[in-house]
Amino acid sequence: MTLSGEELAEEAVRDVAPPSRLRVVTRRFFASTQGRIGFAVLALMFLLAFAGPLFTPWSYTDKDFTAFMQPPSATHWFGTLQTGSDVFAVTLRGMQKSLVVGLLAALVSTALAALVGAFAGYFSGWTDRWLSWVTDLLLVLPAFLILAIMSPLFGAGQWVLFVVMLALFLWMVTSKIVRGMTISLKQREYIQAARFMGVPPVRIIARHVLPNLSSLLIVDATLNVSAAILTETSLSYFGFGIQPPDVSFGTLIADGSRTAVYAPWTFWFVAGLLVVTVLAVNLVGDALRDAFDPGAKGRR
Amino acid sequence: MTPVLQVTDLTVSFGDVRAVRGVSLEVSRGEVLGVVGESGSGKSVTAAAVMGLLPPGARVGGSVRLHGKELLGAPERELTALRGKTVSMVFQDPLSALTPVYRVGDQIAEAVRVHRRVGKEAAAVRAVELLDLVGIPRPGERAAAFPHEFSGGMRQRVMIAMAIANDPDVIICDEPTTALDVTIQAQVLEVLKKAQRETGAAIVLITHDLGVVAGFADRVLVMYAGRPVEVGSVDDIFYRPRMPYTVGLLASLPRIDRGERQPLVPIEGNPPAPGALPPGCPFAPRCPLHVEACDEGEPPLFEVGPGQRAACIRWEEVRPWAPGQRTGDETGLWPAGRHAGEEARPWAAGRHAGEAGRARARGRHEAGARPLRTVLEVENLVKEYPLMRGAVFKHRVGTVHAVAGVSFDLREGETLGLVGESGSGKTTTLMQILELAAPQEGRVTVLGRDTARLGRADSTAIRRDMQVVFQDPLASLDPRMTVHDIVAEPLRAHGLPASGRRVAELLTLVGLDPSHAARYPQDFSGGQRQRVAIARALALEPRLLVLDEPVSALDVSIRAGVINLLASLKARLGLSYLFVAHDLAVVRHIADRVAVMHLGKIAEIGQVDAVYDAPAHPYTQSLLSAIPVPDPARERTRTRILLEGDLPSPADPPSGCRFRTRCPKFRSELTDEEREACVTVEPEVLPVGADQGAACHYAERRDVVRPGGIVR
Repeated sequence: MTLSGEELAEEAVRDVAPPSRLRVVTRRFFASTQGRIGFAVLALMFLLAFAGPLFTPWSYTDKDFTAFMQPPSATHWFGTLQTGSDVFAVTLRGMQKSLVVGLLAALVSTALAALVGAFAGYFSGWTDRWLSWVTDLLLVLPAFLILAIMSPLFGAGQWVLFVVMLALFLWMVTSKIVRGMTISLKQREYIQAARFMGVPPVRIIARHVLPNLSSLLIVDATLNVSAAILTETSLSYFGFGIQPPDVSFGTLIADGSRTAVYAPWTFWFVAGLLVVTVLAVNLVGDALRDAFDPGAKGRR
Repeated sequence: MTPVLQVTDLTVSFGDVRAVRGVSLEVSRGEVLGVVGESGSGKSVTAAAVMGLLPPGARVGGSVRLHGKELLGAPERELTALRGKTVSMVFQDPLSALTPVYRVGDQIAEAVRVHRRVGKEAAAVRAVELLDLVGIPRPGERAAAFPHEFSGGMRQRVMIAMAIANDPDVIICDEPTTALDVTIQAQVLEVLKKAQRETGAAIVLITHDLGVVAGFADRVLVMYAGRPVEVGSVDDIFYRPRMPYTVGLLASLPRIDRGERQPLVPIEGNPPAPGALPPGCPFAPRCPLHVEACDEGEPPLFEVGPGQRAACIRWEEVRPWAPGQRTGDETGLWPAGRHAGEEARPWAAGRHAGEAGRARARGRHEAGARPLRTVLEVENLVKEYPLMRGAVFKHRVGTVHAVAGVSFDLREGETLGLVGESGSGKTTTLMQILELAAPQEGRVTVLGRDTARLGRADSTAIRRDMQVVFQDPLASLDPRMTVHDIVAEPLRAHGLPASGRRVAELLTLVGLDPSHAARYPQDFSGGQRQRVAIARALALEPRLLVLDEPVSALDVSIRAGVINLLASLKARLGLSYLFVAHDLAVVRHIADRVAVMHLGKIAEIGQVDAVYDAPAHPYTQSLLSAIPVPDPARERTRTRILLEGDLPSPADPPSGCRFRTRCPKFRSELTDEEREACVTVEPEVLPVGADQGAACHYAERRDVVRPGGIVR
């Protein structure tokens, strides 16, 4: 089936670049102020965390024995801790850990939730039974206890394992929601249309089911970033998680909270950066959700 | 005669959106006023305003007088006293209009007791009387039933019973039959007529179905963009319309009483959004008679004849669209010379018309000369669903025989229309074919391949050649995908390059602007969305297209365009269509052959003109006679073959012939010995003509659409 020549000439079909979903979503994301600000702030945070240490002579392991608990000054921009550590250096080090751990754990857990939920819901039968069984099993395991027990393993350089463990205990509830929503989505005509068109099941999940759950998934991922950072914080607070001499936002806030009253610089810089991080992630999440949702306000 | 209900210059606005902009109407005792309009034309809002049932946010202006008494701004207590007593209403959806937790009899009795000082017993007796009046069998027993135990048609009868409970002076019916099947619609309209005779009430009938109006109304008000654009007697509106919109609506209707197929004449464009009306005449952007003066101001209603008014500055030039000379010659209602000139027929200039007409001529096959290659063959297809009961221990309590042995075939380049009421099994049949799985019983052969013996690769290959278009384009297009991605999806799924060029080509083919590819489905109107769905179905250059009610979710003026598109695509691309629909007029217009389904079986099958002109099965006859024709003179002379009762449950079909419990022939024409065969032997589809077969022991061909028509 092709158009006859006259019609081709008549309509002069241009070879336009295919306006696929990825492009449209990206364009819509950056068209929103929220998205731009959130993305810029998050990028700045990463830049600060990873490039910042180059501009200070102090490393996070260094101790300045001439300055204990000093307020911010020209030598120590954020002041020093009781041990003589440079607050700027340790904060950046903590930020590196927390950003990576928080974002990765959130992404991994949401992705896991989406995949497990969607596959269980779409394929039903035995796939569903097995996946639901695993989900239920992980739900009843006491996550904090297991993380605490396994924490010695998260020694130097083992942060990847830490991310995986954190993610492993964050995804179950979302996965159950996703499963339920997939079951109802499966009855929708556009999913049936895709099936009758000959689109393979995995592709249907990737192209139809997941994008239509994107609002839920993005909100969930956004919340998970804070949840992961805070879980890591609380684990570290109890002495599990990130082990000294390495630091994270959690350990810093735990130490800083004790001295916050008379030496605010030991606490407020870290806390402020944590708030800004979570805020930026939320902005990005909101903008992404709107960009994915054609019904959202704002021009395309 | 003084009007019972008089509405003058009614305006309703929600925030900045003016939903109703100056509606004036009046109805007298015993009169039926039809209010016709497409969705969003403000007809339901008008009804709600008259009843005083608008949400608090609405601002109402103008005047509504009942027996000369102003209703707008009247205290709520007075309105409550009037509602249900002097004015009553019948709603579209009878399920949501009845309270599910009360017995039907009690609900009617309540309607009586609210307005009259009568005892409980007296009200209960009155309720049973009313149920009897609206034709509910065994009214005494049924009064004790709950709404969910009633079928849709029966519920609508109950609604009518409630509406006439207090002998109202005005009954407002808001799309009373839209949710019902045609045979049930005919029954309910009969009941409405009877109710009117009993009470002598004035009826305001709001509908989008011009056929219903033609047969039922005395006067008609046509609404467009929140305003009446034409008012007149039913004959004036149908035979001498003076507003281009009315002319367009009538021309875009497929009709069951027209054998030879002129292309339909769609109205270009879409109805304006109530928030963004064009300057001047709201119909101007779609009007073929549009001149510059039209944009200067909104035209008032001109007096164009006795009792007829139209809102068009060029009303003197507007002539009814007459397909060929036929309607004019036959009924002689207006001089043939008046619509002979090209200029006098504004719709002849329609761009699609000529093209679709040529397509039609080429795509049409003469009876008996069917093409040889079969693309789809269904033999004795059976599909049953178990009825399960029990929460802990599920056990089977019965079987729903959704499809009970259906056979038909579809040849290359042909269109087979599969028609039937809801519950007839047509959708189940369709799904069985689309699933490409081995059927429970029988055989489905798609493009020469038996579906019971298909590997994964085979079914992928077949899916490439068989595509589907669903009823509701909003539901069948993924809302999160751009039009480009939607149309490219089948290409990608089958590993073909999905270039922007190819998608643009497909969009052009279905009459859409390729530059809209980056938009989402929600940015389009219903008709455009369905075009996107058709473009997607055509992407792989299929041979067989399965169309599941492709136009029933669309507005009348949009529908014609999509039907024409389908007809022209079929002729140009050599497609075969399996066209499932409940609208028999649309099927007559587009199909070459038609299969009528009843309760999981085929009642009649054959060449479309043969079946429509001379149906042999009593079911087909009653189905065709139940369809209202947008032609008042013909509607008045037609006799309806009314079916009694509802479709039997497919879980417990009658023995022998499945139609015998509702069959008018079985009931009144056959002798007891003849009936014996109907009760004991299930009829097979047997030939009754060249290409026509009916599953009836006593099949007899009969013209029911045009009484007095000659059976060839």
